[in-house]
Amino acid sequence: MSNFEIVAREDFSDVTYLLEVRHPLMAKAARPGQFVIVMSHPHGERIPLTIADFDRAKGTITLVIQAVGKTTKEMQQSCVVGSSLYGVTGPMGIPSHIGKVKKVACVGGGLGVAPIFPHARAFKDNGAYVIGIVGFRTKELMFWEDKFRACCDQFIVCTDDGSAGIKGNVTAGIKKALRDHPDIDEFVAIGPPIMMKGCAEATRAHKIKTMVSLNPLMVDGTGMCGGCRVKIGGEVKFACVDGPDFDGHQVDFDDLMTRLRRFTEQERTAVERWSENCRMTNPLQTLKTRIPATTEEAEFPDPFDEVRGG
Amino acid sequence: MAKKKTIRTIPQERTPMREQPAAERVKNFTEVACGYSPDDALREAERCLLCPEQPCVAGCPVGIDIPGFIRKLGQKDFRGAYDVLTDTNLLPAICGRVCPQENQCEGVCIVGETLEPVAIGRLERWVGDQAIAEGWASIPYIEPAPYRIGIVGSGPAGVACAADMAKAGCDVTVYEAFHLPGGVLRYGIPDFRLPNEVIDAEIGRLEKLGVKFECNTLVGRLFTIEQMVDELGFHAVFVGTGAGYPTMLGIPGDSLNGVLSANELLTRCNLMRAKEFPDYDTPLPLGQRVAVVGAGNTAMDAMRVCKRLGAEKVYCIYRRSRTEAPARAEEVHHAEEEGIEFHWLTAPAAILDDGKGGVRGMRCIRMELGEPDASGRRRPVPVPGSEHDFETDLVVFAIGTNANPIMGQTSTLRLNKRGYIETDAELATSVAGVYAGGDIVTGAATVIEAMGAGRKAARSMKAYLGIRDSDQPYVIDGRGSGNRMFGIDPQERNFARIRIA
Repeated sequence: MSNFEIVAREDFSDVTYLLEVRHPLMAKAARPGQFVIVMSHPHGERIPLTIADFDRAKGTITLVIQAVGKTTKEMQQSCVVGSSLYGVTGPMGIPSHIGKVKKVACVGGGLGVAPIFPHARAFKDNGAYVIGIVGFRTKELMFWEDKFRACCDQFIVCTDDGSAGIKGNVTAGIKKALRDHPDIDEFVAIGPPIMMKGCAEATRAHKIKTMVSLNPLMVDGTGMCGGCRVKIGGEVKFACVDGPDFDGHQVDFDDLMTRLRRFTEQERTAVERWSENCRMTNPLQTLKTRIPATTEEAEFPDPFDEVRGG
Repeated sequence: MAKKKTIRTIPQERTPMREQPAAERVKNFTEVACGYSPDDALREAERCLLCPEQPCVAGCPVGIDIPGFIRKLGQKDFRGAYDVLTDTNLLPAICGRVCPQENQCEGVCIVGETLEPVAIGRLERWVGDQAIAEGWASIPYIEPAPYRIGIVGSGPAGVACAADMAKAGCDVTVYEAFHLPGGVLRYGIPDFRLPNEVIDAEIGRLEKLGVKFECNTLVGRLFTIEQMVDELGFHAVFVGTGAGYPTMLGIPGDSLNGVLSANELLTRCNLMRAKEFPDYDTPLPLGQRVAVVGAGNTAMDAMRVCKRLGAEKVYCIYRRSRTEAPARAEEVHHAEEEGIEFHWLTAPAAILDDGKGGVRGMRCIRMELGEPDASGRRRPVPVPGSEHDFETDLVVFAIGTNANPIMGQTSTLRLNKRGYIETDAELATSVAGVYAGGDIVTGAATVIEAMGAGRKAARSMKAYLGIRDSDQPYVIDGRGSGNRMFGIDPQERNFARIRIA
């Protein structure tokens, strides 16, 4: 299989963009919680990206990408409608278990907002009362509000600067949901590790099942390299084939965050070299104002270009 | 006819193969062993006695007609030699390079009882390389058969099976999860041992036979084995997904950032070309003092790769002694020449962290050999009080692999306790029409054994589909269906007498 055509693109901000890729077989097979490995060109790296949506009728899958590393910045420039990706493999990972629960909260932070959407929709289709909790830095970065509102019984927006919804991160939203609904059966959280950790901590005292989708570094995504190993309740698991969903209360998030910094130096080199070689020609750069990085990002220089959803 | 050769008349010394000098080659990824010249090949072919016993044929997992190809080679009929080879082995250039010949054909060579055995592997490689250089391809007349065959995995087992089924006239599609075909040949074996051009050439030859390769396809998740049979219209399926799930040691510190599996190191370096970072985008962990745990072929590859990437010191940590090391003799020898420091009878106890998530050193314990264990090798026993630390900043585990779990997770194929696919003697799985072979059935083994399994499965698939197989002539032996009534063996004698009222 080759030539994975990009049939649609949408830019949510100057760093976040959506690609809709034609892959009818994948659209048929994909389930919430699964991811793909993308290679943009033959010299590229393999980057894992969570499937943010799939349309079986159109035969497409949707990826939402944040341009933070060399590969994702390069893709931001090169991936235009009509062009093709060199490789798209998947759907990888064990699909999330969408159980028959009465009330569920789907939490998405930052780029995790996109991949949490299939969960919200699947739980809704299963007859659950769905509470959507999403967090952004600021109102301008928000996307897919309409899609969420269509499948959530309650929708809570949190922004760091308070420009929309509750002021604060998703933990504030989780607290509100817990106050409003003492009977939530399950939480599902996708986002940067620090956010998933916060979510797991917030629900731990309430003893509510909390599933998180982990985003370690990967090469193959088929259980072959062991680069994505994570510690779950003291046991070593491979996120690509044993996950990516795990019980958030069992995950060693500090280990995950340390392991995400494995190639920080090489990633910096790659980005620097790339920006020197080709000055950004993206017109979006001038259209939208650059949104300053939060302290969260500065504190955790995660190699996002290899990070799914984070 | 020429005078019969005897052990006295043949060249006494095994013809040496030119190699890049160790000091030179540790700076590049070009092939270490340069191969024979035509004269070298002819001289070495002369050393084969063409003995009637042919122990080498029995010693070969796929039963190559070794004296047959060497005879043709000796007669300077190089194309003929190639045709004899490819009757049984489609990838001579690869097997000549990576087979552990000392345990197979060369290990039982009659010449080897008195002198050094005939360098069968080097001759095989020479013929294979000759074919690539000349663009030979043995494409026989193929009688089309109305069957579609799906092969899962493009490693040695998959391609061997694909080739046989294509020759039987079937429409063969090979699925590969990576973006390039070749499996372990591509991601696992470094360029200096098996150049990518050789893999490309051999894959290209399969394409000439009509085999289609579909990369970027994760069977199991994109579609299941059952769907291949039910929905995608495959009449038979072969599963050769390998045993690539790396084992970690489970000692303190093994999740540190400077610790990785040999699979990861080799995949980054070989398949993703991380050694050419940043021209290629995949980064590579670099170490100044690298400790590789294990002493198999993968461990040797990992050590030699690290040396070439510029590591000052590369240590091999192995809990048994050199005699028990599972690597090919030639690989250990090459590694020693390249300045790898071997620490035999040493087992890692803990990996020490540098306080920043990386590796500062490794704590080891000395071992001594005790009684033989189940594998027949002497069991290593720790020497009390022998713990010692040494400095290292990168630790690579090359201590074996387990079954890949994806097939088990996504299909109804029956697995054994260790997660490998269960098959009968004919390599049929628990699902009708689905066959399996290679590492995913046996656990980690060699390239040629996997190819042997692929060919064996192809024979079974032909029998299943009712394709005539000239390698398996029909014999009336009392068990053939010719002697059966309605397919029931008369010896069963279980026909009940029916009384008609």
